[in-house]
Amino acid sequence: MQKIAASGVDWGAIREDFPILQEQAHGHPLIYFDSAATSQKPRAVINVLRRYYEHENANVHRGLHTLSSRATEAYEKSRRRVAEYIGAVSADEIVFTRGTTESINLVAQAWGGKFIRDGDVILLTVMEHHSNLVPWQLLAERTGAELRFVPVRDDGTLDLDPLPSLLTPEVKLFAFTHISNSLGTINPVAELCEKAHAVGAVTLVDAAQSAGHLPINVQELGCDFLAFSGHKMCGPTGIGVLYGRAEILDSMPPWHGGGEMIVSVKLEKSAFKRAPHRFEAGTPSIAGAIGLAAAIDYLEQIGRPMIFEHDAHLARYAAERLTELPGMHILGPTEERGALVGFVMDAAHPHDLTTFADQYGLALRGGHHCNQPLMRRFGVSGTTRASFYFYNTTEEIDRMIEILRAAVRFFS
Amino acid sequence: MTTEIEELYQEVILDHSRRPRNFGELPDAAVRVHGDNPACGDEIHLGVKFDADGGLDDIKFTGHGCAISQASASLMTMKLKGKSRAEVMEMLSAFHDLVTEETSEAPKTLGDLRVMKGVRKFPQRVKCAMLAWRAVEQALEQGAGEAIVSTEPA
Repeated sequence: MQKIAASGVDWGAIREDFPILQEQAHGHPLIYFDSAATSQKPRAVINVLRRYYEHENANVHRGLHTLSSRATEAYEKSRRRVAEYIGAVSADEIVFTRGTTESINLVAQAWGGKFIRDGDVILLTVMEHHSNLVPWQLLAERTGAELRFVPVRDDGTLDLDPLPSLLTPEVKLFAFTHISNSLGTINPVAELCEKAHAVGAVTLVDAAQSAGHLPINVQELGCDFLAFSGHKMCGPTGIGVLYGRAEILDSMPPWHGGGEMIVSVKLEKSAFKRAPHRFEAGTPSIAGAIGLAAAIDYLEQIGRPMIFEHDAHLARYAAERLTELPGMHILGPTEERGALVGFVMDAAHPHDLTTFADQYGLALRGGHHCNQPLMRRFGVSGTTRASFYFYNTTEEIDRMIEILRAAVRFFS
Repeated sequence: MTTEIEELYQEVILDHSRRPRNFGELPDAAVRVHGDNPACGDEIHLGVKFDADGGLDDIKFTGHGCAISQASASLMTMKLKGKSRAEVMEMLSAFHDLVTEETSEAPKTLGDLRVMKGVRKFPQRVKCAMLAWRAVEQALEQGAGEAIVSTEPA
């Protein structure tokens, strides 16, 4: 049993909530250190999904029968739950998507298509995940807009010194990640939003790595858009969220056409619903939304401040212990970091390390982590990443160190 | 140590990955192929010189990557030097079977390359093993100048 006195949370008991943690890999107990890619799911979420399909499954917003009412009520209740979770003013500011990537593409197409013109500037950072880079490249190609990038310092933090020359009045959008998925850097979101608004730019925050890890209040952060995925925060895959400030969402045209998003359809022309329904064409991931709400309930029961404290403790402990290994280079800030550590070892390539670790039941991630420009910035082709969540323990980190030590012996 | 990992990383493979043979520039190469595996950032730059009959007179490589890709390139260059076009194509096909087919009997003609057999248990690593071979295939196809090849064709 591992307890953190201050929080009083029984982390050992919490592990029992995750059936998959009992799995073995190659005859060893599974050590799952890939939660930044996708988190595991607690029984509470799995059970809600089963209950939905056993008792409530029907399409939403169109049937007049009992089940459809149940499904619609559950789906819209989930929207309200998400709004509450991130401190949105209203549930109308919550669009359900397939995930962070789709949320960002929605903004690039619907908002960008309408408001970005030739000569406008989209400001990004060098640490963006491809999902917060490629949609803007496509938009820039379509519109003639210019992309600019906030550089990254050697210590993995954003270099804000050149910000005044980058964040000029031509900047219409500043899109950046809350927590870097490779470096673990936690960016000063509120400060960046304030600076962006000072020049009249709209802000988008990629919260894929933060939404399930720390308290988020969009009103306090002051962002215009916030995007995240359900599956990285104990929810199912195939559900994500785009938060958009009401005024901005209402100003955006639809992006996907189809059923569900219309008020009336004539052969030549249609009238569209208001946000958020305007952006949800076709049958949505109903079970996904309900599962996400269950995941939120579960996370809130533990408490995001407790989760953040626990994750930060694991990441600090891992970074500290990793430095015991020879030829170890850790990327990212040393002081404060999100729940992950990316590193390079002289002894072995990330893919050899992860293949080796897997043979001992240890799930690491090796490669560029959808961060190719950032990898180039640090002069590496890829890294090995250990990412944590509240169900991980320091004992598992100790075991990782033993396995990596064996890898050094094996490959040297 | 589990057997699968020992089978994958046989001593010969580790040796070739630490000290790759035929590693370096080939100044008078007829064709240079730049290969990459975008999934992991591995790169190979392969230089090939042909003899009068179009066989592989000399072959060298540079680049960086995982132990599997480096050892595969090193072993391949040793094996292919002096081989005819037909022999190279035959070996390419035999090697591909070796690292992908569960039931493939490793033909004796592959010689040392048979140590790569363990890769078949690791489907995610097949592209690492094939990168150098894709490059040599491209070299034969192109015949002269500069060429590029990728494990993820655009």
